[in-house]
Amino acid sequence: MTLDEIKNKIQSGLPGSEVEILDPFRDGVHIKAVVTFDGFHEKSILEQHRMVYATLKEELKEEIHALGLETKTP
Amino acid sequence: MDDTLKSKIEEMVNGNDVFLFMKGTPEQPMCGFSAGVISALNQVKAKYNTFNVLSDPSIREGIKEYTSWPTIPQLYIKGQFVGGHDIVMQMLQSGDLATKTN
Repeated sequence: MTLDEIKNKIQSGLPGSEVEILDPFRDGVHIKAVVTFDGFHEKSILEQHRMVYATLKEELKEEIHALGLETKTP
Repeated sequence: MDDTLKSKIEEMVNGNDVFLFMKGTPEQPMCGFSAGVISALNQVKAKYNTFNVLSDPSIREGIKEYTSWPTIPQLYIKGQFVGGHDIVMQMLQSGDLATKTN
């Protein structure tokens, strides 16, 4: 799964979100997503992270080993 | 999830004030994210117990279902699921981690 595919998956699950995928170790494995989404307003960090994870439910079981998250509101 | 597995998990999270499901052990974490959470807990001098999910695949999968959270490590404080690595790091910076674990 490419970083672009992950980005698209998150964006289609959270319409209108801005997503930046970082690969700090350049290994394609320990990736980090920075997600800015209006729908995060008044949600706890836990809920915000859950919302992002929900868009990648299947991928997190197998393909994605580690996904760091940073969530923000616009 | 079957009841035996569920009660095993509940026993761990409810029987310890601070409990971490991790890969490896505090002395020898097997994943960078697990290592990060251990180091955060040590920084705030929290007293904690851990379970190595690599030692038991049923707990490894069970805990994901229990919290509806797809990744490990997972931190519990007083029986409540707190979050994974990134949330713990934010709590460390904000001072929440120290407050909640002491």
